Amino acid sequence: MDAIEANNLRKTFGPVIAVDDVSITLPQGGIFGFLGPNGAGKTTVIRMLTGVLIPDAGSVRILGTDVNKDPLTAKLKMGVIPENGTVYSDLTAEQNILITAKFYGMDRASREERAGEILARLGLEERKNDLVRTFSKGMRQRISIACAIVHSPPVLILDEPTTGLDVYSRRLVIDTVRHMNREGSTVLLTTHNIEEANALCSMISIVNKGRIVATGSPEKLKKTFDTSRYVEISFDQPVGHELFKAPGITRTESWGDKWRVYTDDPDRAVKYLASLAERDHLTIVSIATSNPTLEEAFVRLTEGV
Amino acid sequence: MDLNVFARSILVITEKNMRIYYFKGPVVVFGLLFPLIMFFTFFIGRNLDLVLFFPGFLGMMLFFTASSVGPLITPWEKREKTYERLVSLPVILESIIIGDLLAGAIFGVAITTIVFAASAILLHLSLMNAGLLFLAFVLGSITFAALGTLLASPTMNNPSHIMMLSSLVRLPLIFVSGIFIPLSQLSGWEWILTSLSPLTYLVDLFHAALNGDAVYPPWVDMLALAAVILVFIGCAKVIQKRNLMKGL
Repeated sequence: MDAIEANNLRKTFGPVIAVDDVSITLPQGGIFGFLGPNGAGKTTVIRMLTGVLIPDAGSVRILGTDVNKDPLTAKLKMGVIPENGTVYSDLTAEQNILITAKFYGMDRASREERAGEILARLGLEERKNDLVRTFSKGMRQRISIACAIVHSPPVLILDEPTTGLDVYSRRLVIDTVRHMNREGSTVLLTTHNIEEANALCSMISIVNKGRIVATGSPEKLKKTFDTSRYVEISFDQPVGHELFKAPGITRTESWGDKWRVYTDDPDRAVKYLASLAERDHLTIVSIATSNPTLEEAFVRLTEGV
Repeated sequence: MDLNVFARSILVITEKNMRIYYFKGPVVVFGLLFPLIMFFTFFIGRNLDLVLFFPGFLGMMLFFTASSVGPLITPWEKREKTYERLVSLPVILESIIIGDLLAGAIFGVAITTIVFAASAILLHLSLMNAGLLFLAFVLGSITFAALGTLLASPTMNNPSHIMMLSSLVRLPLIFVSGIFIPLSQLSGWEWILTSLSPLTYLVDLFHAALNGDAVYPPWVDMLALAAVILVFIGCAKVIQKRNLMKGL
C-alpha cells in the first residue's frame, strides 16, 4: 500500500487553474520533495492532500483511506505543518503539544511522555511552560513540528517547514524530519531551498503552473541537463572573455572574480585552461569542475515564470 | 465516519476554546459584571415588577454570554493563522462548528447559573418548575451559541468588523423580543415582530419555569428554539464551508 496516492488532482479558483491533473504516488518510507516557484500550486496540492481543500476532480488516498470520503480516519494517519499555520500563542509550548495529542486519542500518560520526549529533542524543554507568544519564529516552528509528530504519524506532510528559520532551528527541524523518517514516517515536504531538497529527498517532483513537470531522484533530475557541466576557474589577474574561445567550450560567464566555462568535455577543458595559463603567464588561483546542480534543473524546468 | 473520533474532535475543540477564549480573566469578569450593570440599568430607580422583569433579564444574560465570544473565534484563528492547522487535524467542519457552539453554551450556562443563584438568594425569587428552567438554560444557551457560530461565518479578518456585525444583529433581536413589553400586551404587527426573535421564546420559557405565567405552552417555546438552533447551525455550516479557504 502506498503512503500517498493522488490521482489527477485539479483545482480552479475562478478562471485560474491552480492545479491541473497532478498525480503523485509515494511508496512508504521515503522523503519526497515538492519543488516549485511561488504560485506554482504546491500549497494547493498540499491542502488537497491533507483534506483542507476539496479538489474539483481527482482523489487522494493516505495509506489506502480516501481523504475526502473518510477525512477523520485519513487525518489520523497524518501529521501536518501547513505553510502559514502556527500554534496557539495563548497556550504554553507543552499545552499546545498536549492538546494536539488529544485530537489523536492518545491517553494522558502517552501524551505527557511523548511531549517531554519531543520537547527535549527540539531543544525546548526549559521553555515548556512559557506561553508561545513569547517565542521567536524558529521556536514557534519547532512547536509546530512537535505538534505534527506527537502521534508518530506514518505520513508527515510539511509545507515549507524551514522557510525563514535561523540556522539552529533549521538544523533541528531537518534532524527531526530525518529522525521521523528513520522511525518509519513517510515524509512529503515542499521547500524553496533546493540544496535542502537535494540533501534530504530521495525523490523530487518539480511543479510549475499547476502541473508536475518532472519527477525523479535528485541525481536523475540533474542528469536531465547533463550538457551543462562547467569548469570554474580564477586567475591572479583579470582576463577577457575572448581568452576562452576554443573548440568544446559552449559558453562562458563571469562570476565575480571567477569564470564559468561551460563544456561538454570538462577534462579536455581543464587541460586547455592549464595550457592557456602557461602560455600567457597566468597563475591559476582556483579551478574546479562542476556537474549540473539541482538548482539548474529547477531553473530550466520552470523557465519563463 | 468514525463517531468516536468525531465526538472526540468536538470535545477537544470545546476544551481548546474554553482555555484560549473563555477562561480568561477579562472575559469572566465581563461575564459577571455585565449582568450587574444591566440589572442596575433596567431595574434601579424604576417601579418594575421583579416577577415580570426577571425572566427577561435572565434571558438577556444568557443571550449575551452565550453569543459574545463565539463570533470572534473563527475570524481570530484565521487572522492568527491557527485555523489551517486546526482543519488539518482529525476534525471536520461540523466538529469545529459544534465545538465552538458547545464552548459558548457552557460559558453562557455557567455565568447565567451564577447570576440566577445569586439573584434567587438575594431577591427571594420563586421557582415553579426546576426541570423546565434547566431545559430553558440548555436550549437557550445552545440557541445563542449557535447564533454566535453563525455570526463567525462571514469572511472577515478583522475581529472588530465581526463585533460590528454582531451588535447589528444581536441588539435588534433584544429590542424586538418580549423582554421589555410583556407578550400578553402585544398584538398585530408588534406580536409578529416579537415572534421573529428567539429570545422571545426563551423568556416565555423562563416565565413558565419561574412564575408559571407563560403566553405559549412550553412545548411551543422549546420547538421554536430547537428549530432556530437547526437553522443557525445549518446556515453556519453552509457559509463556513463556502468561506473555508478565505483568509487562510
